[in-house]
Amino acid sequence: MNRQDLQTIIYAEKAKELNNKYKHKLCVCCGASCISSGSEEVMKKLQEEIKTRGLEAEVEVVPTGCMGPCNQGPLVKFLPEYNIYQKVDCSNIKRIVQSQLVDKKPIEDMLIFSDSRPKPFIDAREDPFFKKQMKIALRNCGHINPEKIEEYLVHNGYTALDKVLFQLSPEEVIAEIKQSRMRGRGGAGYPTGLKWETVYKYVSDQKYVICNGDEGDPGAFMDRSVLEGNPHRVLEGMTIAAYAIGASKGYAYIRGEYPLAIKRFELAIKQAKKLGVLGTNILGTTFSFDVEVRIGAGAFVCGEETALIASIEGKRGTPKPRPPFPAESGLWGKPTLINNVETFAGIVPIINNGGEWYSDIGTPKSAGTKVFALAGKINYSGLIEVPMGTSLREIVFDIGGGVQGGGEFKAAQTGGPSGGCIPAEHLDVKMDYESLISLGSIMGSGGLIIMDQSSDMVDVARYFMEFCMDESCGKCVPCRVGTKMMHDLLQKICDNKGTSIDLERLEELAAYVKETSLCGLGASAPNPLLSTLRHFRHEYVSRIEQE
Amino acid sequence: MDTVQSAPDLPKTDPRVKLIAAKIKKENYKPDALIEILHTAQNAYGYLPMNVLKYITKALRLPPSRVFSTVTFYHFFSLKSKGEHTCLVCTGTACYVKGAQGILNEIERQFALKPGQVSTDNKLGVQVARCIGACGLAPAVVLDEEVLAKVNTTDIADKIKAKISVS
Repeated sequence: MNRQDLQTIIYAEKAKELNNKYKHKLCVCCGASCISSGSEEVMKKLQEEIKTRGLEAEVEVVPTGCMGPCNQGPLVKFLPEYNIYQKVDCSNIKRIVQSQLVDKKPIEDMLIFSDSRPKPFIDAREDPFFKKQMKIALRNCGHINPEKIEEYLVHNGYTALDKVLFQLSPEEVIAEIKQSRMRGRGGAGYPTGLKWETVYKYVSDQKYVICNGDEGDPGAFMDRSVLEGNPHRVLEGMTIAAYAIGASKGYAYIRGEYPLAIKRFELAIKQAKKLGVLGTNILGTTFSFDVEVRIGAGAFVCGEETALIASIEGKRGTPKPRPPFPAESGLWGKPTLINNVETFAGIVPIINNGGEWYSDIGTPKSAGTKVFALAGKINYSGLIEVPMGTSLREIVFDIGGGVQGGGEFKAAQTGGPSGGCIPAEHLDVKMDYESLISLGSIMGSGGLIIMDQSSDMVDVARYFMEFCMDESCGKCVPCRVGTKMMHDLLQKICDNKGTSIDLERLEELAAYVKETSLCGLGASAPNPLLSTLRHFRHEYVSRIEQE
Repeated sequence: MDTVQSAPDLPKTDPRVKLIAAKIKKENYKPDALIEILHTAQNAYGYLPMNVLKYITKALRLPPSRVFSTVTFYHFFSLKSKGEHTCLVCTGTACYVKGAQGILNEIERQFALKPGQVSTDNKLGVQVARCIGACGLAPAVVLDEEVLAKVNTTDIADKIKAKISVS
């Protein structure tokens, strides 16, 4: 298919959407969480009910990706009114259809957050949970059917790829990304444009693009939701990257624990190939790019880029010393670009709206938006996207609705086992890369776990150390032995058998492991320990004094 | 451990063997597809029996050490049966904060099984997961294929018993 064919299809799809015979679009959240709560059954019953009432000519029922507030699921959204119903089960479908579609009156006590707000917002966009958010990476997630490429096309899908292929040179694409000041969303925050430029500069007969979807941080599920809710966005981002750096082959490495994400991404690849926006001679140009899915097999260390490469090669996922960096010698020794799912999801809007637009969002050093997975002791857990620099207080209290059960906020854990805890006195911290580092934590992939007074911080440190101990690949001594020793010392303190010497030894070990480990797993493993020691030292000391 | 040469041939008519053979062929006998092939094998058998591993080793012309070291490296692969029914308790951070340990303790009290153990009649296996990514539903338990959301210690045992008694 060439460029004209694609444009013809897009125009046809848009015309179809404009002349849409349906008066209402009914989105049923079919993200993994809502499916677990029974949304597929709800969708079936809704379709039946609409058919029985003879409404199928004016109501379209669409399964979509994640809408955000996961613990209120299953969620059903009525468009164009933007009425979202929460905790829908098969028994109240008749009532919802009757009121919403026949009487045209939303049922207030079943709308989203109606059980916790004094008065629910009829138009869900007015609710602080949604109003305070800004969706770039998650745009269209929860709005379109992720299993239909046509719906993606209607929402300007593959226009960025068209622009890149016909209007921009690879250098210009890289310049645009550099101008956006976007930083890698996988955790380390390395400037994306710079990474692309480095890979671009290496001359090789073969280069690779890898999408890192090995979301191993416990408590983070944004990559999952993006892959499930808008897979074409990631695929288009990967294709643009391939054009920019000169790659012809790509791999999407997705966690084995995410079967739905794998299924939808594989379907997206198939549809894109059929449409001619992926594969040989994309849109009639000389540019060819193919993508294959590789399924992870449950190893946290494979989120580290060199370990991930080893895993794609079918080997044990152990990291290699860097340099050489993958940009120079990656997959099968060839220059390789590795970016996170969320990074690729942000490429398309940057190309469409320009790098300058993106760089104006967020803070001077951290541009754009960040997706956080809000969970733990919080009223509204789920997936949110906010501009960088939004304060933790706004996220927890305005968007998240405060601590569950009216408890007191004690700490927020960011960055998973590589991150740290932010105590209550720093609630006003602006969430960006530098501020979190200055507090002894990291942005990480965006897991944000809220803890109340019932959480024991020494046990939290022990929990994360146990995780790192189990997940250490065993290749280098500091990480393999150090995490075990630190874990045992933490266990001893948890059991009230620790001494002040143990505490000293812990701090000493933490410094050694941090400095001497081969890869990021070991180097960041002491972070949860060090940050709880920094902000909650009294909890450790009180354990020791009890002895 | 037997050498590869003496590996017992698997019955070629077994649909599971056919499935693995087809996957190996689809991947063009490439050794770098080892993990993909192991996924297929584990999905077919529920775990990785030794003779299946030997079969894969032979087909891909890899040293047995390479296959064995890869299998044992990844948590996803198991060398022994996980039981007819599996109860997977998520121990991700959100589930940890919301009491996953209490659920594990309750399961241990009721069924005398710790994570990684299978009951003597092979009916039930208990496992833990690092994070199943359903943090909004914490604490979560996956019973066979079904995700149980916001699980509490009072009825988890009954739910497991109900599952076991069905078959």
